[in-house]
Amino acid sequence: MELRHNNHIQEDPWASLRAFTTARIALGRTGAAIPLKEVLAFRLAHAHARDAVYSHLDTNGLQEKLQAIFAGPVLQLHSSVADRYEYLQRPDKGRRLDTESSGRLSALKDEYKQQDIAIILADGLSATALNIHAIPLLELLLPMLKAAGRSVAPLCLAEQGRVAIGDEIGALLQAKCTLVLIGERPGLSSADSMGAYLTYSPRPGNTDETRNCISNIREEGLDYSHAAGKISYLVSEAFRLCLSGVDLKDNYGLFLEK
Amino acid sequence: MSYQHTIQHRTYRFDNLRMLLARATPFRSGDALAGLAADSYEERVAAQLALADVPLKIFLEETVIPYEKDEVTRLILDTHNKTAFAPISHFTVGELRDWLLSDAADTAALQALSPGLTPEMVAAVSKLMRNQDLISVADKCEVVTRFRNTIGLKGHLSVRLQPNHNTDDPRGIAASIIDGLLYGSGDAVIGINPATDSPQAVVTLLQMLDNLRLQFDIPTQSCVLCHVTTAMQIMHHAPVDLVFQSIAGTEQANRSFGIDLALLKEAHEGALSLRRGTVGQNVMYFETGQGSALSANAHSGIDQQTCEVRAYAVARQFAPLLVNTVVGFIGPEYLFDGKQIIRAALEDHCCGKLLGLPMGVDICYTNHAEADQDDMDNLLTLLGVAGCNFIMGVPGADDIMLNYQSTSFHDALYVRKVLGLHAAPEFEQWLQQQGIMDHTGAILPVSNAHRLLGYSATANR
Repeated sequence: MELRHNNHIQEDPWASLRAFTTARIALGRTGAAIPLKEVLAFRLAHAHARDAVYSHLDTNGLQEKLQAIFAGPVLQLHSSVADRYEYLQRPDKGRRLDTESSGRLSALKDEYKQQDIAIILADGLSATALNIHAIPLLELLLPMLKAAGRSVAPLCLAEQGRVAIGDEIGALLQAKCTLVLIGERPGLSSADSMGAYLTYSPRPGNTDETRNCISNIREEGLDYSHAAGKISYLVSEAFRLCLSGVDLKDNYGLFLEK
Repeated sequence: MSYQHTIQHRTYRFDNLRMLLARATPFRSGDALAGLAADSYEERVAAQLALADVPLKIFLEETVIPYEKDEVTRLILDTHNKTAFAPISHFTVGELRDWLLSDAADTAALQALSPGLTPEMVAAVSKLMRNQDLISVADKCEVVTRFRNTIGLKGHLSVRLQPNHNTDDPRGIAASIIDGLLYGSGDAVIGINPATDSPQAVVTLLQMLDNLRLQFDIPTQSCVLCHVTTAMQIMHHAPVDLVFQSIAGTEQANRSFGIDLALLKEAHEGALSLRRGTVGQNVMYFETGQGSALSANAHSGIDQQTCEVRAYAVARQFAPLLVNTVVGFIGPEYLFDGKQIIRAALEDHCCGKLLGLPMGVDICYTNHAEADQDDMDNLLTLLGVAGCNFIMGVPGADDIMLNYQSTSFHDALYVRKVLGLHAAPEFEQWLQQQGIMDHTGAILPVSNAHRLLGYSATANR
């Protein structure tokens, strides 16, 4: 950001320490206040995070792109949340499908049920993250799952969804496990971070310790090829051990976790 | 026992004290999520009218969780001081509110009363109070604690320097500490939230903190906010000043944190035995926050604010140096927006102070809450007026490890300046000796040659 330098700013003579941390140090000051340039940089980062929270899943665009890389059906589903305002206050409703969505899943032909893995794309707290990262990740992951001989249930787009909405979807599809790709809570430094949650034997009422989480999927964080490799490894391990969660240890390579 | 109040022709009934307290609570999203909030504005006021008439003695007879089922309830009743309670034992909750605001309730009277109050009495009266009342009453309280300096004196506001780093890199953490010290922060504690709870990582950070403190003779204390069991494991071969733990207001919620009262007692005794304090022996640092019991599915039908105040009963048993309510960290499903966060912070601060705790507040929010820096500025100013013991100091208000926004070193300078507040006396003297602050409390420019910048160069080599 270019703001004209002015003489009111008391600069801090330790800017070199910024090499060791991304924390907002050595900001300088005017009186006791943070210089305007830094105030506006902060406000811009917060604006990106806020816009991400209120972003929408590009359901039609995603469906079109998914159908280009996946032969089976792609379904558009919705949680029982009415709007984002309710989504933020009622996590319980974001974990359940609305009746139309659950009806459509129940009515699916048997040939689509009892597959190895159901993949669910949910907006979570950043639809932006899904709009950007879901397709590039799945372009790598779907062939890896196919090569491993895993059958994939119809892909599901879930609007206003939380992680646990995958449990109801997985149970209705009678899938052996679910992979929920979901937008993570935006931070000031990353408004588009995607998470992936693997749950073996999905059913409503599952809690967090039954899942494995791969976090911070984005180009500056865990990149697509590493994320796909890691997910593929965890899926294989989950099927080998018939479980997921705290008892499924992630020994895949050496990654920098957050 | 059931309670009721009639407004015109409509009678509102409340099955028990627990339900009455919940329905009387100013609206917040967490109580709605738990299905405990009043159904209408009128019902809420009806509950407040009914609550105002409840005699305080009832609170010693009717528990919100049974005595047999919950060790926090047992602690509250077993430690209740009847002598301290005697002067107000004939009051109703409403009379307590009016008395607290009267001139008779001065600092000494409130300090004497504190052991006679139970958390539920304090929660109840706070539900009848406006924000202004919460500030007025808190301002009359004074809770002073000591370890290597003196925190909580009237006219003083301390800062926890929070130099977190996403990979616990000691150089990155040191850079944020130097930044904070040169901005006059760090008198409450220099406290790191570690990215991992591994004992070896915690020991490394504690040694770094202690070396820094000793090298510059800083009159403050350090803490790595690991689980209490980790601190107990390492305290005999690492420089543990303060023992940290998150606590909650029900036995079940505490169990979800991996603790109980016996464990805290053992940790407290262990920390005392280290004898590291110089001017005092307040060795515990607790964090709390409305919604934590509900989040652990362990609220037992109690509203989140009453649960929070019950956590203060746990805290006061162990004479802490610092109690910090991390008010906006939990998210909008518990406290939706700036209005709810501000109200909750003022409640927590006032209720904690009435119970005799050295309350600080992490004035903070997450990016999915309806809040921003303006809300935090409002809350910071209100808490400064209310006499809050300490706040957080995070570089630029942006915690890069925990991914939320708190208050900055600059924010602390702002509130000290506009309200004429001082750092802890021993620390303020040190800041002046180091050429960081002048005798009026104004922060001074430092040169490249400042010795603290020399430290960072050494540490980074």
